[in-house]
Amino acid sequence: MTSQLTSPPPFIARESFIEMTARERARALLDKGSFRELAGPFDHHTSPWLPLQGIVCQADDGVVIARGTIDGEPAVVAAIESAFQGGSIGEVAGSKIAAALELALRDCENGHPVRPLIVFETGGVRLQEANLGLAVIAEIQSAIVALRQHVPVVGIVAGMVGCFGGMSLAAALCSRLIMTRQGRLGMNGPEVIEQEAGVDELDASDRRLVWQLIGGAQRVATGFADALVDDDASAIATAVHSAFARGVPSAHRSQQVDAYLARLAQIDPQSVTPESMRTVLRACADDGSTAETQS
Amino acid sequence: MNDATLTRGQRWLRALAGEAGTCGTPSSSPVAHVDAQLAGDLARFIAVVPDAENRFARARENVVGLEQGWLLARAVREVIESDAASERRRPIVAIVDVKSQAYGYREEMLGIHLACAAAVDAYACARQAGHPVVALIVGPAMSGAFLAHGYQANRILALDAPGTMVHAMGKDAAARVTRRSVEALDALGETITPMSYSLSAIAKLGLLDRLIDNVDADSPNDEQIARVRQALIEAVASARQGPRDLSHRLASDAAKTTRAASIDVRRRIAEQWNAC
Repeated sequence: MTSQLTSPPPFIARESFIEMTARERARALLDKGSFRELAGPFDHHTSPWLPLQGIVCQADDGVVIARGTIDGEPAVVAAIESAFQGGSIGEVAGSKIAAALELALRDCENGHPVRPLIVFETGGVRLQEANLGLAVIAEIQSAIVALRQHVPVVGIVAGMVGCFGGMSLAAALCSRLIMTRQGRLGMNGPEVIEQEAGVDELDASDRRLVWQLIGGAQRVATGFADALVDDDASAIATAVHSAFARGVPSAHRSQQVDAYLARLAQIDPQSVTPESMRTVLRACADDGSTAETQS
Repeated sequence: MNDATLTRGQRWLRALAGEAGTCGTPSSSPVAHVDAQLAGDLARFIAVVPDAENRFARARENVVGLEQGWLLARAVREVIESDAASERRRPIVAIVDVKSQAYGYREEMLGIHLACAAAVDAYACARQAGHPVVALIVGPAMSGAFLAHGYQANRILALDAPGTMVHAMGKDAAARVTRRSVEALDALGETITPMSYSLSAIAKLGLLDRLIDNVDADSPNDEQIARVRQALIEAVASARQGPRDLSHRLASDAAKTTRAASIDVRRRIAEQWNAC
């Protein structure tokens, strides 16, 4: 951005990223005209497990894999479609993401870098495919850890579903995470916590509290994500370009074990609040750089 | 500590590696680890154990919470760092008896997703660096807790005993969410393999390398402990021969049948990867 406006002008030509389907999102993030889908709906890789439970399949199992370029560089996007089974990860959906990352890794190891981008929009494991959902998430995580030694793995959590369950761990393994204010990132969804621990632990219907806890603004302010971006397709694409341009971080967030244990030791579990933790965890992400806000 | 109060994780850690705290971590830590001989290697055995005094009230049992995630990562990374210069990498044995991840307000606020990811990261790095990583399931291996502690292993072994299980969600919660009775859920597992809680179903999915039968998981005798130790030694040797990624899980005859869809979609994406 060459100039910063104090507030965005109203009615500016802005295209909501949140309202896009996974396929539109992948297209919007790749350079114009470069989108090419792999294992698309016409290849008909569907869940073998849903029909056994009387559930109608979708021809792409809710994940879009697309090759193309980002800033002229070879890239692959894996975008999860929240409109199918809440973006849940079943055997085929998860295997598509793992396959894309594994092939990007192979190319990187052969000296042909590929930029991997994951658009998270998922509640986690698809319960109808329970153990295979969990298994493929472990495979996705393994591929991210191997791949990010070569290229930054970039993730987006735009909303409205957010990113939960085992896939929140996959998001946390990414080199850089881009979020909107509408995005939420957490391991256990508020409803799950209320169910497991009781309403005194967390009232899932208190939306303000939930957003203060796991919303994009808080996640960026506390260093769990790197860039807070408006819900605008071109602003998100710009943030993606900048995330790749910054290269592989010197230390990934999930490798900073001693630093995070030290910060955790400073926290008093009895009194900590979303506000007070900002001072302890503020912008301590990757290579010491501060979080960005882009609009 | 009274023997009767030990969890399975503590019991098997002691049986296979000796007392935690004497040469490992302080006994008050929720992540216990002990370095002990396994065939010709000094292996690191790691278990998540109850910690009644833990600062985080939702993480006092054998669950993976904030401290557990980061401490697992530290226990694994110590081994990676100490072996960085040596050609032979030491085995890491994850003794798996984890009921769940910790469910709590503070856990989410303080980033339990990142703490668990740190453990995943460390185990995956160890495997990719050539450490034979073996998971031994002696109790529940549930959901996010299993992702953090065990699921990145080269080889997964399990005791075929009551109380060992792998699943994405606890049975009661899964029944509530899917609006089924626990009995109906069990019946569904009979026909839909990935829905089952049984270890034999996990084996059918190609995810289990060995199911060890005739072992009393709660109070094993010397012969049973020796058999489990031998299985670990063989798993370490086999891991050293195999790939450092997780492709092994798709290579078994079981996986070729039950995970045909995983294999098929990977093949398609590989075929279409480069434009023709």
